[in-house]
Amino acid sequence: MAKLSINGRAVEVDVEADTPLLYVLRDDLKMNGAKFGCGLGQCGACTVLVDDKAVFSCMVPVSVLEGRKVTTLEGLGTIDKPGPLQRAFIEEQAAQCGYCTAGILMRAEGLLRENRRPTDAQIRERLSANLCRCGTHNRVIKAVKRAAEYLRTAATTDSNRT
Amino acid sequence: MGCLRHYPLGRGGRGDSGLSEARCDARGNMRVIRGLLIAIAALGVIVGGYAWRSSFAPIDRPQASSFPVENVKAGAVLAAIGNCATCHTRDGGAAYAGGRPIVTPFGTIHATNITPDPSTGIGGWSEPAFIRAVREGVSRDGRHLYPAFPYDHMAKMAESDIKNVYAFLMTRRAQVSASPANELAFPFNIRSLVAGWKLFFLDRGGFTQDASKTAEWNRGAYLVEGLAHCGSCHTPRNVLGAEDKSRAYAGADVQGWTAPALGATSVAAVPWTGERLAEYLGKGRSPQHGVAAGPMADVIGNLAQVPDSDIKAMATYVASLAGAATKERQERGARAIARAGGEGAVTRPAAAAAPGASVYAGACAGCHGEAGRQPLDPALNLALSTTVRAASPNNLVRVVLGGIGRTDNQPGPHMPGFANALTDKQIGDLLEYVRANFTDRPVFAGLDVAIRKARQ
Amino acid sequence: MTNKIKSAKLPSGLSRRALIANGGALVVGFSLSDALAQAPEAPPVAAAPPPPLPGSLRVAPMIDAWIRIDAAGKITVLTGKVEIGQGVKTALRQVAAEHLGVPLGSVTLVTADTARTVNEGYTAGSQTLQDSGTAIMHAAAQAREILIKIAADKLGVDAATLKAEDGFVVAADGKRLGLGELVAGDVLKVKAEPATASKLRDPKSYKVIGKSVQRVDIPDKVTGGAAFIQDFRPEGMLHARVVRPPSYGAKLASVDTARIETLPGVRGVIRDGNFLAVIAVREFQAVKAMEQLAAAAKWSEQPTMPEQASFAAWLPAQDKRAIPIRDVKGDAPAPAKTLDLEYFRPYHMHGSIGPSCGVAQFKDGDMTVWACSQGMFPLQDAVAQLIRLPKDKVRCIHLEGSGCYGHNGADDAAADAAYIAFKMPGVPIRVQWMRADEHLWEPYGAGMVMRVKAGIDAKGMLTGWDYEVFTDTHSTRPGGAGSTLVGQSIENGFKLPAPQPAPQPNGSGDRNIIPPYKVANLRLIHNFQPHMKLRVSALRGLGAYSNVFAIESAMDELAAVAGEDPVAFRLKHLVHDARATDCVKLAAEKFGWKAGAVTGRGNGRGQGVAYSRYKGLAGYCAVAVEVEVDQETGRVRLVRAVAAADSGTVVNPDGIKNQIEGGIIQSASWTIHEQVSFDRTRVLSRDWSRYPILRFSETFESVEVHVIDRPGTPFLGTGEASQGPTGAAIANALFHATGQRIRALPFTAPRVKAAIGV
Ligand code: FES
Ligand code: FES
Repeated sequence: MAKLSINGRAVEVDVEADTPLLYVLRDDLKMNGAKFGCGLGQCGACTVLVDDKAVFSCMVPVSVLEGRKVTTLEGLGTIDKPGPLQRAFIEEQAAQCGYCTAGILMRAEGLLRENRRPTDAQIRERLSANLCRCGTHNRVIKAVKRAAEYLRTAATTDSNRT
Repeated sequence: MGCLRHYPLGRGGRGDSGLSEARCDARGNMRVIRGLLIAIAALGVIVGGYAWRSSFAPIDRPQASSFPVENVKAGAVLAAIGNCATCHTRDGGAAYAGGRPIVTPFGTIHATNITPDPSTGIGGWSEPAFIRAVREGVSRDGRHLYPAFPYDHMAKMAESDIKNVYAFLMTRRAQVSASPANELAFPFNIRSLVAGWKLFFLDRGGFTQDASKTAEWNRGAYLVEGLAHCGSCHTPRNVLGAEDKSRAYAGADVQGWTAPALGATSVAAVPWTGERLAEYLGKGRSPQHGVAAGPMADVIGNLAQVPDSDIKAMATYVASLAGAATKERQERGARAIARAGGEGAVTRPAAAAAPGASVYAGACAGCHGEAGRQPLDPALNLALSTTVRAASPNNLVRVVLGGIGRTDNQPGPHMPGFANALTDKQIGDLLEYVRANFTDRPVFAGLDVAIRKARQ
Repeated sequence: MTNKIKSAKLPSGLSRRALIANGGALVVGFSLSDALAQAPEAPPVAAAPPPPLPGSLRVAPMIDAWIRIDAAGKITVLTGKVEIGQGVKTALRQVAAEHLGVPLGSVTLVTADTARTVNEGYTAGSQTLQDSGTAIMHAAAQAREILIKIAADKLGVDAATLKAEDGFVVAADGKRLGLGELVAGDVLKVKAEPATASKLRDPKSYKVIGKSVQRVDIPDKVTGGAAFIQDFRPEGMLHARVVRPPSYGAKLASVDTARIETLPGVRGVIRDGNFLAVIAVREFQAVKAMEQLAAAAKWSEQPTMPEQASFAAWLPAQDKRAIPIRDVKGDAPAPAKTLDLEYFRPYHMHGSIGPSCGVAQFKDGDMTVWACSQGMFPLQDAVAQLIRLPKDKVRCIHLEGSGCYGHNGADDAAADAAYIAFKMPGVPIRVQWMRADEHLWEPYGAGMVMRVKAGIDAKGMLTGWDYEVFTDTHSTRPGGAGSTLVGQSIENGFKLPAPQPAPQPNGSGDRNIIPPYKVANLRLIHNFQPHMKLRVSALRGLGAYSNVFAIESAMDELAAVAGEDPVAFRLKHLVHDARATDCVKLAAEKFGWKAGAVTGRGNGRGQGVAYSRYKGLAGYCAVAVEVEVDQETGRVRLVRAVAAADSGTVVNPDGIKNQIEGGIIQSASWTIHEQVSFDRTRVLSRDWSRYPILRFSETFESVEVHVIDRPGTPFLGTGEASQGPTGAAIANALFHATGQRIRALPFTAPRVKAAIGV
């Protein structure tokens, strides 16, 4: 039995301790955000945040997550109320097949939680842990910058935002 | 003032590392500094007269076309063996344009621009000036160079080789790039002190062949002891920052990484052979030992340009450091391989219940395997990993935190870093389990400290 | 043989199935799409019998095969094509909404489903808008006219006074009738009229077509909606994994499955010939069981592949069928200078980020397969054959997968799922390939050698062009059960039918073999060599990428020999083609191309340009790039890319930009990084670490796409237009940056460094 906190919700799942988080999210909790791409920590499709930092969920056994905070794509907003990054990706149309997009978005979220003013070079460097085959790279970089801008304006109008 | 290099941690380990630059322990250790001060006092007498060196007049930058292309080509290979680009290139900067900070216990030295730019590089250096710099550690204008530049090894180079390196460097694209001033505290900022250091530690004798050995061995010795300066990292240093020749190749700590022992004290499960070493130096991996990471990954990157014959020669010499390839050693290797269970990995019943076991099964076994479970593409068998067997957990910790990978995105081994995924305690549990499960070595000492330090 | 069969001679009532029975599946598959591709530009036929129906209406002429409207006014558009990240779910809705006169949001779209939609073959070759878009456009316009006529009768007014707007038929006096009120009975169950009868809207009045609209699928994909087949979880589903052999042709010598069957969650192990699979309740249980099964399996392997290092020399020496594509002798002076050049491209992977996945359920004698491959109808044939069921007992439904870029493992994963489901009736079975399955077993894009002999006269005009391409087949589909891995591996399995080259203008390895430039003497040969030492099939653009790479590299080499600017040199050989000229000029202008600025002097920075019209009849695209080369390491840095594209009528301008941009970046990745590596026995590129692709840190600083709109002209397609020119433009820029011409792909750092020398 693993106790997890996912997007602020406490959940308990009955799985073997060595099960990687990715399988718990997708298979047990029926969540779609994190994607299986390689299971080897090479592509980033499965990226989620653990304690605000991007991790490859395919390589994180649930046994190490007790007392830690997991954030997935679903935690950033909904289709009706998308979060700043989600909005920016829609507005920049920063996807083709969109399979890699969720993981990229989560790594970008990790970056923005650290740094509201990332430079192009910082975005490129950070996102290099993720792969995209369709070639959305340049649009994604634009979308991340746009989201950073939203966050900054939101921060000035709503100082309560985290 | 030894050649203690500064390396960014987790070069190319992508993704989860969450680690940026290693902060080197520049404060050094008091023992070293105190020792050095004593030495300075002792040297004070000599320094006055001995320290002065003449200046070579600047020349007009020679035309690139004045160097025969064979010499330039030979120089390129030599520069690669010397790993010159690694120190003389700043992260993201032009090759050989200098500016890389090299942190030593005595302060930070910035590598110089060795492209042929006349004002900021070596464009105005004549060939004799360059030869003197390489052999004696003296700049064109007569200043002593800090031994972060390993002239204590380069002095063994044949003059013709130095000339070829000169030809190579003088035909690079000139880069205008002034290195920042060194940041050395008093009294280390007094360059003439270096003269005293050289008196003790610079052997000007050049390389002598050993007639009892093969030509290949001699070639290897010439390169390893000289240009390749392997001892700079793999030999421990004394309080004055000079290599302790009495413990040559016994292994040493270099900026948090441990350059493992190459000689008889090597802890490798399967004793190294010349063949395996050549494989490792050529490809950066040996399935029976491990994958190059940290500073060694740069060395391997440069060696890619070196012909197999020289790689083999170096491997032959290094392998000989541990003595002859006796039957006993061969059997030890065969036993280790048998114990490791071929391609699958072992699980020791005692270790299976350890708290790190499920971390291993979920985070590592998918690539490294476990009993009966064969990944589609097995990574290194940890029962054979030299790093897992090492006395110090430093390298293992750094690899787990920062991963392994190539920054230039060429094909090569890859491992993600786990710095964000695992807490210090979880990494500790994991590594204790790995050590117990895959080796017959005692528990790691100072694991907690190593993890904390590597995180900084 | 096959080349001669003209689609026009096909009796229109003849189904694909019937033809397959006649052993002509490939012939018809390709001929059919040829006809569709050519349709927009087919010269008017003088007083021919009935004029051909436009687009895929030829395959399914009933309006209600494409457009259905129910009594509540709900509009459903059906396409036999699928969404593979190219944005057609959005573009096809735009086309329908425009011509029906309804809001975009009111259109529901159904993509390929053998039980519901028209059989439009594969979604490939950038033909969705040409085929399906054209059909839907005409069907929508004709449906609108039908509804207006009914409204006119109801209202007792002249139909000419009515308009279809915002989902209503509106009368001059403002009276409005909802479409649902007009559709009683089977009013749309009528045969479509020829194109000439369609009252297409005047392009000048377009409200939806030509506008950048946001793609309908993206919001789900960025918020965690169920967007992919991987997110499809029917009740009671079990997870299966297949243990594939370690190499081509390996035989399963022995495996002890008993222990695996007792592992936690395991519901079964299937062994049939060389096919080995495990089924478990939880996904991770399936993964672990698969790894244990892999450890237990012993295979016998044979070296079957050529030496990779000498592959470029090995290939042209293999058995070949030399297919002449052109042999024209014209009037030209003797060449003043000639070049004799050889180019090479290695095997490339599709490399989907999400490994292939298929779900299937066999229940009460019916097989349902959910798949992410490009053709549901060919898959239906394959599955029916595989499990020996009548075709009407097999239904295949498309669900989106990760981008596939052609024939990747998707069909195989679907067939795996169907086969396992057949053995475990009642339960939905999900097969998810692992990363190594995809890397090792997807059919690659074949390696190619291209030889060009060309001459120019004293004025720098081309005198002759002699070109040969040497390559394996570029399509191993449709091949029924024999083209699936499971079909090939089971006991008494199926064989892949001998592949056939597809005729021009689509071509296969010879796609885009015809240079767009004016030249008097032209000899083109496609050396078809179906040796299939590595598993191969269609990869985005087939031979186009490599042929354009060779043609456009050679053009640059010729320009250099002639001492001319690369843009000017191309333009003077393109005077016969105004649209091509516009395209090249626009790219050069937006790039800021300066004649004479590129010199090949090799100062580390270079610019290059290249142009092609995809397949010679589809989208036009010119690309200019700037690169920087590190003298010491040979690393290529991509600085910027500027493209101009003409895809005919533009439906979704931003969609076109997105596609062109993606094509540029993917092509750049192929060009500087990619090659499948192998030894004599095994493929070595087992994961991303041994098959690196372009990373974020390496992409261009900027990519700009300029779209030329030609409203009212036929749709030309976009998805594959930029791949060819990009590779060549990089090759050309590299030459100008280094002074060295590299003719073998990829331009990896070590190869570039070797070319630069010290
Ligand atoms: S699926 Fe986790 S990194 Fe690829
Ligand atoms: S959008 Fe398809 S992989 Fe990135």
